[in-house]
Amino acid sequence: MMTAKKHLTAGSSYRNVKRTRAGKISSIQEAHSHSIWKKALFLLGLATFLVLATGVIITLGQVPMTVAEVYYSLVNKLVPGFFTVDSLIEHVVWKIRFPFILGAIIAGSGLGICGCVMQSVLKNPMASPFTLGISSGAHFGISLAAVFGIAILHGPYFLVANAFVCALLCSGLIIALSKLKGATSETLILAGIAVNYLFQAATQLLTYIATDEQRTVMSYWGMGSLTDLNWHSIMFLGSVSAICIPILYIKAWDLNLMTVGDESAKSMGVDANYLRIFIMVVSSLLVAAIVAFIGVIGFVGLIAPHIGRIILGNNHRHLIPAAGGIGGALLLIANAISMNLLGSVVIPPGIIMSIIGVPLFMYLILKGKRREYWS
Amino acid sequence: MMIKLEVKNLCFSYHSAEVLKNFFMNIGDGQIVSIVGPNGSGKSTLIKCIDRILVPSSGNITVDRCDLTKMDRMEMARMIAYVPQNSLRVFPNTVFDVVMMGRRPHLGWKAGAGDEEKVWEVLQILGIEDLALTPFTELSGGQQQKVLIARALAQETGVILLDEPTSNLDIWHQIDVMEILRSLVRKRDLTAIIAIHDLNMAARYSDRVMMMKKGKIIASGKPDAVMTGKNLEEVYGVKANVKFVEDTPFIIPLSRVPRKMS
Repeated sequence: MMTAKKHLTAGSSYRNVKRTRAGKISSIQEAHSHSIWKKALFLLGLATFLVLATGVIITLGQVPMTVAEVYYSLVNKLVPGFFTVDSLIEHVVWKIRFPFILGAIIAGSGLGICGCVMQSVLKNPMASPFTLGISSGAHFGISLAAVFGIAILHGPYFLVANAFVCALLCSGLIIALSKLKGATSETLILAGIAVNYLFQAATQLLTYIATDEQRTVMSYWGMGSLTDLNWHSIMFLGSVSAICIPILYIKAWDLNLMTVGDESAKSMGVDANYLRIFIMVVSSLLVAAIVAFIGVIGFVGLIAPHIGRIILGNNHRHLIPAAGGIGGALLLIANAISMNLLGSVVIPPGIIMSIIGVPLFMYLILKGKRREYWS
Repeated sequence: MMIKLEVKNLCFSYHSAEVLKNFFMNIGDGQIVSIVGPNGSGKSTLIKCIDRILVPSSGNITVDRCDLTKMDRMEMARMIAYVPQNSLRVFPNTVFDVVMMGRRPHLGWKAGAGDEEKVWEVLQILGIEDLALTPFTELSGGQQQKVLIARALAQETGVILLDEPTSNLDIWHQIDVMEILRSLVRKRDLTAIIAIHDLNMAARYSDRVMMMKKGKIIASGKPDAVMTGKNLEEVYGVKANVKFVEDTPFIIPLSRVPRKMS
């Protein structure tokens, strides 16, 4: 009798669960799906903002044009003859201004996404795309080319090739070093700091013996610039991004698990050390490519993920696109200001990025409503 | 008794210090098994070796006669769940997202509606549905422990390993967590293996207790057979009075036995 009664109550409570699941959705479940919608809406808004900002920013400059003309000539490139556009405007839009825009979006979103995934696998909010010494490695490559004329590739891209290869060498060295000790986040960060100093010292040594002219090349590159971008370099950057970003995004679930710690990640089926190395290798490749073309614009890779975390929380399925979109938007705006603020003089966008980025970041840290932000 | 989990000839050492050597154990189906022992006796190490969070140098571990050492982590995560002592808090997630992580071994790239339903179901079972959108870091210790148990439950495994589930909790939450575990083990036909310091909690809620010292099982069996004054003196070096309250052994530690200086 007792057991029968027990079964009955157990059964009915189970049916209760069933009913609330299948029928009436509880208010907390409603709030949850509402929050998912809001996140999707934010991402959509971000994408819309990028498209609109593209149109507006292209109109800035010496040849006057309207936003409509910008979109017309962009559409015309995809579907020739769809609109009639002045050929001068089309030339200016497509050949001169649009590459910078696209370059800024690709580079900014790449840096934002790499910063995001690196912070997560290293479980460190201070990690950025340059934690593994990519910037100092690339800088060293540039210096080698500038001072000794040592170039891996000849032709117009010799600086870029040097920066790319030396950046990869540097992060490869760090990953190999930490692999020996089991690839925990601590060893990666410490090895990163150490190798960073080594390459910085080597660059400083080269700066010391360089002529003034060589020094100008080195410091110009160090400040970062998008003005050297052309369709060739954008094609290269675009293809590296098109390969690396989906690979990183596929790991969104595993990245979520990484943020609760290696032991828990392992217990839920993720090989933490392997994933950490994997993410580091893929994102180093992407960051090295970006840095080789545009130089060191560091801050965006640190703050874009944090702005995303403050607004959307830490679920990587939303956070990765958000970090990319925010990074792209930040670099797009910073670059637009740097190219237009002083007329024909271009201020390095890295400087503008810090000037507008730091106050925004500070504001969000102080005012951010999102409670799940790192504490 | 059906054997659920079997450990054979397990060896593990941290660098030079050998923690487990030729370790054997059998654990039956549908039981709560507590592993007790002094600090450094190897109980947490054993739990982590079973789930291959620490990789043993040799030995076999089987669940339902399937050799875990031949599986990859994803397959293992569908057979054994692990409830850690605490969770990292650098980038906190909502309770819902934390419990959803437990679905990872069953997921493709996308979480389906079925997975979300499972998460709501375990949240309801543990009575923490209202906390679903709260950040994990804002919860009290007892609530966090329940969320971690919910996550393990969402993994839908036959075996759950718990590392000191009660050590940071007040007595109300200690009893709460142990009661939850007991009812889960009964209703869902689970096997729970708990590394635990609190001998009285272990005695009260376990079907079986294993007492370890220096990587070896000294005594194993029903709580009243294992929690004896003699065993406590041998394993812990403590003189204790063992009383029986409601047929359960209740340990009152009295004094320590001076250790020999070597």
